[in-house]
Amino acid sequence: MLEVKDIHVHYGAIHALKGVTLNVKQGEIVTLIGSNGAGKSTLLKTISGLLHPTKGDVVFLNNSIIKKDSKYIVKSGITQVPEGRHIFPGMTVYENLLMGAYLRKDKDGIQQDLESVYKRFPILKERLRQDASTLSGGEQQMLAMGRALMARPKLLLLDEPSMGLAPILVQQIFDIIKDINATGTTILLIEQNARMALSIADRGYVMETGKIVLSGTGEQLSQSEEVKKAYLGG
Amino acid sequence: MVQFLQQIVNGLSLGSIYALIALGYTMVYGIIKLINFAHGDIYMLGAYVGFICTVQLGLGFFPALIIAMVTCAIIGVVIEKIAYKPLRNATRIAALITAIGVSYFLEASTQKIMGTSAHSFPDVLGTQTFNVLGVVISMKQIIIFVVTILLMLLLQYVVQKTKIGRAMRAVSVDADAAQLMGVNVNATISYTFAIGSALAGAAGVLVGIYYNTVSPLMGLVPGIKAFIAAVFGGIGIIPGAMFGGFFIGIVETLVTGYGSSLYKDAVVYIILIIILIVKPAGLLGKNVKEKV
Repeated sequence: MLEVKDIHVHYGAIHALKGVTLNVKQGEIVTLIGSNGAGKSTLLKTISGLLHPTKGDVVFLNNSIIKKDSKYIVKSGITQVPEGRHIFPGMTVYENLLMGAYLRKDKDGIQQDLESVYKRFPILKERLRQDASTLSGGEQQMLAMGRALMARPKLLLLDEPSMGLAPILVQQIFDIIKDINATGTTILLIEQNARMALSIADRGYVMETGKIVLSGTGEQLSQSEEVKKAYLGG
Repeated sequence: MVQFLQQIVNGLSLGSIYALIALGYTMVYGIIKLINFAHGDIYMLGAYVGFICTVQLGLGFFPALIIAMVTCAIIGVVIEKIAYKPLRNATRIAALITAIGVSYFLEASTQKIMGTSAHSFPDVLGTQTFNVLGVVISMKQIIIFVVTILLMLLLQYVVQKTKIGRAMRAVSVDADAAQLMGVNVNATISYTFAIGSALAGAAGVLVGIYYNTVSPLMGLVPGIKAFIAAVFGGIGIIPGAMFGGFFIGIVETLVTGYGSSLYKDAVVYIILIIILIVKPAGLLGKNVKEKV
């Protein structure tokens, strides 16, 4: 479904991604783990069209999207939930959700998806008219995910969804991710919480300083000595 | 009391004009964090378009108003594309200096084409006045006020209720996240310039009618006053600009009425200084805390 081929990204003199290759197949949950600064978010930004690589290609559904703008990419079915959630403060929860459906014109479909977002995240329905910035961290994460789902994505990119959340919420968020996947959305998940991420992922990649250093099924990576030592605390 | 009410009526007319100009300042600042110092000159161009429409083409008030708004909207968008867009990622001071350059360019070009002296604006609205309990209200004042309120309601509707309005608000708080929703940030910025400039164009026509005169440098002082109005209300906040505009207009006429017109500018600047010391985010502004 998604193929990232030998991507290089530079921030000025910094060589942030040094030839990253990975793929995501239809229906999978694929996770990308690695420490801070490894280049995980840079990769997602590149896939979403916010950054443009100096070399390499990204192919989505047999279409190269590397030269396209983010509008085209969202339209073709990739939506990102950015790190730090980035909900729109000063806008209501409802308006935030509508922003997710910005490129859609099918009123009925939007209404349907609103209903299913309310079902998945009942708390959002309760807070519909509230300023999004007054939500708690966990609620904001749910809003960011609900907003992304409003685009009806084929591939959902999640950047650190568990960041800064209480453990009980982390479990809840991961359950929701599994559930979203079960209803047919393919997921590429970036996490620092490697244990949780690997437990729900079909496959995983480990990234270090701009390169993929290891890959395998979730199971294999959880058992790998290197991963255990570096990311699972021994 | 009658004199006080009279000054309030006069102040509302002047304040309408400041408010319309202040809206453009505040919207542009809200979306690209640029103080568009050429904005006062857009207002001047609006006045000239109104002048050409009424005097040389013999059109009435409303056609002139619409044509001025459309022309200014186009000019605003073109200025943004040519002068500001290439500097989107440059330092803010570079964009600010460019804005001042654009301001001089517009003033000098108008002087070149229309001459440096003032032109008198015809009385397209008549000189009819009404006497309400001793307070004299002119037809012009009523029309200026009504047109301003209608434009403000329209603006509030567009910003709060339409898709493009949501996109404008989204881009102004988080351009990257808006882009991730598929919003075309450049187009949204163009819309903002178009709307802000159209409002300034409307203000230009209204002021031409109110004071019966247009001149190439007429945008300078009202531009600064409107900027103060925007800062006073809280720059980037639309209701703040409306409130600030009316407030500054009323203060000015009250100072003129009860003190001396010599002091009116001084008082306005003193108010700005006090606001910047006491509540730098402006009257309606709040210090936004970000959750991480």
